[in-house]
Amino acid sequence: MEPTPADREIVVELRDVTRHYVMGEEVVRALDGVSFQVERGSYWAIMGPSGSGKSTLLNVLGCLDRPTSGHYLLGGVDVSRLSDDALSEVRSRKLGFVFQSFQLIQQLSILENVEVPLFYQGVAPRVSRERAQAALEKVGLGDRVRHRPNELSGGQQQRAAVARALVNQPLVLLADEPTGNLDSKTAKEMLDLFDELHAQGRSILLVTHDPGVASRAEWILRVLDGRVHQVERGERIPAGSGAGA
Amino acid sequence: MIISATRTFALGLRGVARHGLRSLLTSLGVLFGVASVIAMLAIGEGLSHDVQARIQALGSNNILVRSLKPPESSSAGAERSRLSIYGLTYDDAARMKETLPNAQVVVPVRAIYQDARFRDRRADARVVGTVPWFGETNRFELDGGRFISEIDVEARAPVCVLGARIASELFPLEDPLGKLLKLGTTSFRIVGVMKPRTVLTGDEQGTLEDLGRDVYAPLTTVRNYWGEIIVKVSSGSRDMEQVELHQLQVRVADVSRVEATANVLSEMLAATHKTRKDYEVVVPLSLLRDAEETKKDFNRVLGAIAGISLLIGGIGITNVMLATVTERTREIGIRRALGAKRRHIVAQFLVETVVLAGGGGVLGMALGWAIVEIVPKINSKLHPIPTQESYVLSFVISVVVGIVFGLYPAWRAATMDPVDALRHE
Repeated sequence: MEPTPADREIVVELRDVTRHYVMGEEVVRALDGVSFQVERGSYWAIMGPSGSGKSTLLNVLGCLDRPTSGHYLLGGVDVSRLSDDALSEVRSRKLGFVFQSFQLIQQLSILENVEVPLFYQGVAPRVSRERAQAALEKVGLGDRVRHRPNELSGGQQQRAAVARALVNQPLVLLADEPTGNLDSKTAKEMLDLFDELHAQGRSILLVTHDPGVASRAEWILRVLDGRVHQVERGERIPAGSGAGA
Repeated sequence: MIISATRTFALGLRGVARHGLRSLLTSLGVLFGVASVIAMLAIGEGLSHDVQARIQALGSNNILVRSLKPPESSSAGAERSRLSIYGLTYDDAARMKETLPNAQVVVPVRAIYQDARFRDRRADARVVGTVPWFGETNRFELDGGRFISEIDVEARAPVCVLGARIASELFPLEDPLGKLLKLGTTSFRIVGVMKPRTVLTGDEQGTLEDLGRDVYAPLTTVRNYWGEIIVKVSSGSRDMEQVELHQLQVRVADVSRVEATANVLSEMLAATHKTRKDYEVVVPLSLLRDAEETKKDFNRVLGAIAGISLLIGGIGITNVMLATVTERTREIGIRRALGAKRRHIVAQFLVETVVLAGGGGVLGMALGWAIVEIVPKINSKLHPIPTQESYVLSFVISVVVGIVFGLYPAWRAATMDPVDALRHE
């Protein structure tokens, strides 16, 4: 965990990834040869207009979808040809998701929601409870664990979702418009939380259409017509160029 | 593994508990199916038990041959007074005793209806002339005294044994033993009293015969006093019947040879009673077998009814679970995104259907038990016998129904595309 600039570990690598859909007679090239590398501990924003393929890209990155061709290496392992079960395993152990609409299960308490990924990993109930409690305390919801999602504010719900995404110590945190349903004040708090996680060495991939949000990342990847249009620097100075994470 | 199984079960249980009323209504089909199966099986078992007990009372080692009045010939119909001669004869009895290789005992019976009087009390009696081993062959039990003996038969002694009912009617207070009973015009000394007893007559309706009005006397004595001719007076016409023996019982030592012996016996009688069939042969063992067959048929019909009601119950469960799956599409998407494999989703929904069906089964068992308890209070002729197997079987079947009818909704849930499921409103 002490990367030097010479051999920074690559956590996400896409090699010429395509994703084609057949719609009737027509072939839709949602992803049309996408390649890029993400170093451990870096913070990327993925931008693009609707229909650009950024949602498809996020689904592939999240192992919810498989590329038609090309390779996706997650933590050095090619996951582009894995079975459905194996992909579930990858999602459960290596990925953390934060969605625009929070995606908390309404019938479960906040604590139980955070325990869901651990349940599918087969973590023993007592351990799982402790880890979920700790994750919620980290995002400042330690006193809300028994509440139902609809008893919390939007910001609190999204923080619970972040706790859930981090409870399994994922390789990469994937966020899909995490501030899309929040007002500007809570959105800023959420982005501050992401900054904090980044400072702790988390690898973050965040999809957004908001330049203000994107600007807080180290790198901005612009997608257009299923291709990488441009990679540029965000306002933040990459952590790797300094003394390390 | 065990932990995850119990937790999956807990998860399914929560899913069911989430909609209490809906879950209850869903499981009603299985509930009533199981309840009716248990109740009907118990009632059927009770009925067949009763029938079997009555048939067994006739003795499965026995063959009964009864005299039967043949249909009237048309020419005799107009006469106001006539004599019909029919039935089994003393010769028949002797022949059976000598020729049937497996016949252990042959019991001749002659029955005559007479007035029985003691002091100023009277009762209708059926005087049964028979032999000492009659009681033993029919497994009759004495309440007091003794049965008629060889010596009684030899000496044509005027002694008798009373049936339970007639004994209590004529001797409500005193002990009948040793008293003199007037049968018709003749006095008989009472030497024994029977315990109450009913038997099946052996006809197809399963009619019961109460033997409480029987008075047993030595065959020789009965023959001596009343001869062979019986006069019946009814609505102005006089019917005279001449019957030597009303019944012959043949006991076969080996149960497996009862039916073969009955066949030989039938052929023998057919050869001697050539002109008309004035007897019938009743084999309790065959009746028992018929009763078993009837019970099997009954159970088959019951199985079909149960199958249909459980099918309907199962379809109801499938229907509700499909709606539940649609309703919880988002939850399924979330669980899949967070690492649930398809089999986790299948298990979650299968547990719900199994809990619904199994819960319905358990409630149905309780209702079935209640019906079994209540039925005899409504209809005292029914004595349901609930079998343990019917409870176990009902529960197993309801769980199987849960699995079978839950598979399709669970499969639908598991094969959803997680991306689409997450987007579902």
